[in-house]
Amino acid sequence: MSGARHGRHLVRVGGLFVAGILAFLVVRHYFVPTDFGVYGHYRAGALTDARARPIAFAGQNACGDCHTDIVEIRKPSRHRAVSCEVCHGPLATHASGDDPATPRRPDGRTACVTCHQKNVSKPARFPQIAVADHAGDAKCSECHQPHDPKIS
Amino acid sequence: MGGVQGFMYPNEVELQWSILIVLYPFITGLVAGAFILASLERVFNVHVVRPTYRLALLTALAFLIVAPLPLQLHLGRPERSLEMYFTPHRTSAMAMFGFVYLWYLMGILLLEIWLDYRRDLVCSHRASTGVKRALYGALTLWSDDISDEALALDDKAGRIITIVGIPSAFLLHGYVGFIFGSIKANPWWSTPLMPIVFIFSAMVSGIALVMLMYIGLSRLQGRRVEMPCVDTIASYLFYAFVVDFSLEMVDLIHRIYEADESFRALDFMVHTRLFTSQIVLQLGLGTAVPLLLLAVSQVAKLRDAARLRVYILAGCLTLVGIFAMRWNVVIGGQLFSKSFLGYTTYKLQFATREGLAPAIALLILPFGILAGLVRLLPPWPATAVSE
Amino acid sequence: MDQSRRTFLSDAGRWIVLTGAASIAWDAIAAGAPETAPNYRMTEHWWAMLLDIEQCIGCGTCVRACKTENNVPLDAEHFRTWVERYVVNIDDPDHPIVDSPNGGYDGFTDTPLGPHAKTFFVPKMCNHCSDSPCVQVCPVGATFVSPDGVVLVDKDRCLGCRYCIQACPYGTRFIDPRTNTVDKCTLCYHRITKGLLPACVETCPTGARRLADLKNPADPVHEFLRTHTVHVLKPQMATGAKAYYYGLDGSVR
Repeated sequence: MSGARHGRHLVRVGGLFVAGILAFLVVRHYFVPTDFGVYGHYRAGALTDARARPIAFAGQNACGDCHTDIVEIRKPSRHRAVSCEVCHGPLATHASGDDPATPRRPDGRTACVTCHQKNVSKPARFPQIAVADHAGDAKCSECHQPHDPKIS
Repeated sequence: MGGVQGFMYPNEVELQWSILIVLYPFITGLVAGAFILASLERVFNVHVVRPTYRLALLTALAFLIVAPLPLQLHLGRPERSLEMYFTPHRTSAMAMFGFVYLWYLMGILLLEIWLDYRRDLVCSHRASTGVKRALYGALTLWSDDISDEALALDDKAGRIITIVGIPSAFLLHGYVGFIFGSIKANPWWSTPLMPIVFIFSAMVSGIALVMLMYIGLSRLQGRRVEMPCVDTIASYLFYAFVVDFSLEMVDLIHRIYEADESFRALDFMVHTRLFTSQIVLQLGLGTAVPLLLLAVSQVAKLRDAARLRVYILAGCLTLVGIFAMRWNVVIGGQLFSKSFLGYTTYKLQFATREGLAPAIALLILPFGILAGLVRLLPPWPATAVSE
Repeated sequence: MDQSRRTFLSDAGRWIVLTGAASIAWDAIAAGAPETAPNYRMTEHWWAMLLDIEQCIGCGTCVRACKTENNVPLDAEHFRTWVERYVVNIDDPDHPIVDSPNGGYDGFTDTPLGPHAKTFFVPKMCNHCSDSPCVQVCPVGATFVSPDGVVLVDKDRCLGCRYCIQACPYGTRFIDPRTNTVDKCTLCYHRITKGLLPACVETCPTGARRLADLKNPADPVHEFLRTHTVHVLKPQMATGAKAYYYGLDGSVR
């Protein structure tokens, strides 16, 4: 067929396209991670990566392993639901023993004021007070024991 | 917080998509519009615009090559951009667009240009020596066949590609519109009209660009401007503009009438932070004035020289207006809070990765590429007809 | 059966079991799959959060704890979680006055309140949507919903295109300027998969933030959700949000 003879350049272009697609597929094979698509359209290793973060807050249960005396004091107190690290800061390295330094003691005022300073936007039932009128510049811990703050 | 009025979610204060993302729909719009103009001649046999056929294709190619560059510059990790081709997420309009772009560049535009220029390329291959010969050899895929049968095949294939190319061009830019229009979280963007508005504004900008390029390049090369050609292009520009304007008005009227939860916040934004770019530039100078100019040129009997000046002015204002439209969509969509309680400002810097300087450079680059393409693949025969 | 055959069979059996176990373990290591890691099975959990507006005191401890635990940039433009304060005039609930100074990181100062207004705090975070619009638009599969219901970001694949940030109706995503990839609340995935609570839940002093496991009827928060009226933000977006608010006012955006 003479028509086919004159269409050779079109065949070459077609061949170029096919070659391009094949090259793309080969390159793709090397670039896509093997664990891609295991659970969905993502790399399964991303789940492992997300779990591998170091931990900063130990969690209340960890404190109880050593500080059983404090746990006993707090059991009936108003602060029993307040996690230790709310006032004492992140202590995972202290709990695991990786950090030999003694954690800094809260100053007996800053953390207290953060929650208990009177603010009209706070729920009315929440214990709050105008700290300046109530205690001036004094430390809250002078009268309120932080682990059992109610003054009976 | 500087520049914030009212309340914004803390993560919203800084704009995520910059002027580079404004550039991108502008550039792909020019590509789609230029191609549609070229296809008028090829498929719909509007022979009077034949002088702009090759120029429109080359313009589309020059801009299509530049189109991914603003995206690359914008990405946080541009070295990973090929992941969009290796592991495309089928639900993501952006991922699917990567393939639409590739299809359009390879399967449509390059192929159509090659088929139309093949005869000239083979002639150049025969006539040149050394490096140039090798270059033209590669460009012709080392085929020397320019017999009538071969050229007839080329013409047939070119026709098919152009026919397929028209919906492909609509897909190319409609997809960009869909990338914005499908975001339900953003009421400024989320509308089914978005792809259609984008397509028609693309046609308007592309036609205007090719018209200006034709006039400018003809003048530069000392060539006579064919008035019937320019008149026809200008009339198509006018019709496309009317449709585009109507669509945008439909969207506006709909928003004002329904007045949903986002309306007051958006209305306030348009009247304050977006006033210059939306009311003055896009609607006023960019739409109303060119429409008026084109309408006058259609109705009044102006002399050739005067008509040409009207077209040039209308064309330039159109391009400004369409750019402003892209700006208003992209930037405007990020100036208000998704809480509808506040607004922020866009801090456009100059010499940073996403600043004004690279944006200007990226707008100039396609013209540089086009200059090269015009030399390699002349759109008109070498015999210059000077006035 | 004689002794040598018995020994052979027991040795062979042991080898088969060990090789089988080793190959499973090896597959898990090779594929990075955490499914066979001890104790935690992803399919046993479907995580959600309960946010109790009536308990939130706007102390900002959650914001500080999250930034510490997850190494979030300390500036005012990047938050995995934040607290908003609402002041709502009851005759104009469509226009609440909202503020979130530094995301609530330093708490809130007191503001005077008119006689017709109410005020409260609203903690905000990623809603870990089950029908997540951010996951839908990611072009490369760098963000996804895990099998246990947490929306995570794969920092090794994220292009930083910011499409997901645009798609989130709640404004919970941001670009980490140090890596140029997207970051957001992970529900402290590294903690909950070890039986710990997310940092914000752990440090909330009033129990306004609580972790819920929707697959575990023994979970007290699961019981709370079953017996109380809760809302999600922007329900019209149909995102399948799993951050459930108790006591949410209609004016909250």
